[in-house]
Amino acid sequence: MDITVNILLTIATAATPLLIAAIGELVVERSGVLNLGVEGMMIMGAVGGFGASYLTGSPWIGLLAAIAMGAVFSLLFAVMTLSLATNQVATGLSLTLLGLGLSGMMGTRFVGQPGERLPNLDIPGLTSIPVIGRLLFGQDPIFYISIALTAAVMWFLFKTRTGLTLRSIGDSHTSAHALGIHVIRYRYLAVIFGGACAGLAGGHLSLVYTPQWVENMSAGRGWIALALVVFASWRPWRVLAGAYIFGAVWIGQLHAQAFGIPVPSQFLSSLPYLATVVVLVLISRNKRLTMMNTPASLGQPFVPDR
Amino acid sequence: MMRLELVKRPQRSALFSALSPFIAFALTIIAGAIMFALLGVNPLTAFRIYFIEPISQVWQLHELAIKAAPLILIAVGLSVCYKANIWNIGAEGQFILGGIVGSIIPVLFPQFEGPLVLPLMLLLGMVGGAAYAAIPALLKTRFGTNEILTSLMLVYVAQLFLDWLVRGPWRDPQGHGFPQTIQFNDSAVLPELMPDAGRANWGFVFALVAAVLVWILMSRMLKGFEVRVLGSSPRAGRFAGFGLNRMVFFAFLLSGALAGLAGISEVSGAIGQLQPVISPGYGFTAIIVAFLGRLNPLGIVAAGLVLALTYLGGEAVQSALGISDKVARVFQGMLLFFVLGCDTLIHYRIRLIGLALTKPQGTAKLEVAPKLKEAR
Repeated sequence: MDITVNILLTIATAATPLLIAAIGELVVERSGVLNLGVEGMMIMGAVGGFGASYLTGSPWIGLLAAIAMGAVFSLLFAVMTLSLATNQVATGLSLTLLGLGLSGMMGTRFVGQPGERLPNLDIPGLTSIPVIGRLLFGQDPIFYISIALTAAVMWFLFKTRTGLTLRSIGDSHTSAHALGIHVIRYRYLAVIFGGACAGLAGGHLSLVYTPQWVENMSAGRGWIALALVVFASWRPWRVLAGAYIFGAVWIGQLHAQAFGIPVPSQFLSSLPYLATVVVLVLISRNKRLTMMNTPASLGQPFVPDR
Repeated sequence: MMRLELVKRPQRSALFSALSPFIAFALTIIAGAIMFALLGVNPLTAFRIYFIEPISQVWQLHELAIKAAPLILIAVGLSVCYKANIWNIGAEGQFILGGIVGSIIPVLFPQFEGPLVLPLMLLLGMVGGAAYAAIPALLKTRFGTNEILTSLMLVYVAQLFLDWLVRGPWRDPQGHGFPQTIQFNDSAVLPELMPDAGRANWGFVFALVAAVLVWILMSRMLKGFEVRVLGSSPRAGRFAGFGLNRMVFFAFLLSGALAGLAGISEVSGAIGQLQPVISPGYGFTAIIVAFLGRLNPLGIVAAGLVLALTYLGGEAVQSALGISDKVARVFQGMLLFFVLGCDTLIHYRIRLIGLALTKPQGTAKLEVAPKLKEAR
């Protein structure tokens, strides 16, 4: 029983950064913007979070710094694509490339330094309940944030007027503009929200998952988060399910490596990436589903005419 | 509040089309100076070490050519993809597969020597890269799967596959346990162009030839026209009878083959054996090269040399000033940002709208406004 609980806990830890980054990107894409810079914003969050935690000694400050770092970095993308109407695919790619370089440079002095882990929740009486105690009341704080965030985004997108407006912008920015909606302002806020989420996801990596700074420690998770949004056909609860499936694949291959299964470790390590490809193929085979759910103006630049 | 407003130009500005890479480079230099100052280094000293010292001697120019060759080869292929609005961002993986497949002969059949070895290796490298690029192309045409994500995911798979090969079945038994293959024999090594002057090899010539050939293809042949039409207006392309699916394959196979050629040239020329890591991110840097070169093969040659210099400069400041060589990646990322930003100037005029929002500005548009009000 204990082993099952432990495995479930590690799956949750592996799924949390994917979930947070993907939920953020989902809001961005729902507003019609395709930000391929998730990987870059995530790694910036990771280095910012670790750096702040290392310098101040408080992982909580690290957490805030990770969020701020992701948000500020995403602003760069927002200015380029929204104010200067640059190609979103190319700009997102350059955000990732810049993020990987910048984080490597900023993190040079943190390599090999011990970090402090965000403490797990510990509620006397509740956390010690057998089995469900640790699952429900004994995880790291970002886990709870990720679940709350998913619920909040679901509510925001589908139950509020502002959420409806955001989705309408994603489906037709010209119509939304004609109705007097501030397309660019909404998109700015969406992109910054996505950046903050990616930063938080990065913070989870360097403050919870492996509390240290390793270059390129995001290891493609930002890209997997992007794939998750497609996989989830832009629905928050499906992102949640997808993130946990991927978390399970990620943990599964680690356990398989630890058990010494006679398959080269590199093949097991490549499973999450191959799984992403397979999942994308399966989901895109159903053309109607993707066509119906893809925000219609996704990735198209918008220049308001006045 | 300050606000930017883009005003569409009636036609694209030829002036900014030519100037934008230079403006972008200038802005990168300014941003770089600020960065060096923040790192506590005199920007002038840093720039001298970064941009001038690495190319002040002949042998160093050869090093520049070694770094530029893969960048140009890959970027020339990518430019065709991006012109056609097809997003192959997995060139790094195709580069690696080209290196692996091209190495089959020298690693598995080291006794095979002679003048046939190299051409076969190069051919196999191109086949390897093209075959790996065919996967995202097939998935895109067959199932409509997003090629950005699949081509990128395959990069990680390729890196792990190479890692497994050189640590496992292809490891040199006499290599003292180092994760690398045997050294290629002489007939499997890409010859140097001028052995007396420096290390530059035939890879650089391949890059120049590829650039010229693709330039001819894009500007003088129907296929190039097809690429441009499908890229700017797929609908118009369909009316003209150009097949989008065939174009996806064409672009991926061409760029994959060139990336594969770059991979085997690097392995057989600059390295001489397979190692766990054979590329310092050439496949990704080439994306920057493609955009900095304005997706024009001849521009890409120049851009490739500039980006190659950022690699050399990064190594130079690391050894001379103790700054992380990641500074090269930062320069490359900034450069791409500024290039994309400056490209906006080609199609738009930028107006800064400040606090003077209430003050009418003398443009034709504002003269229309009162009339509209009257009409209501």
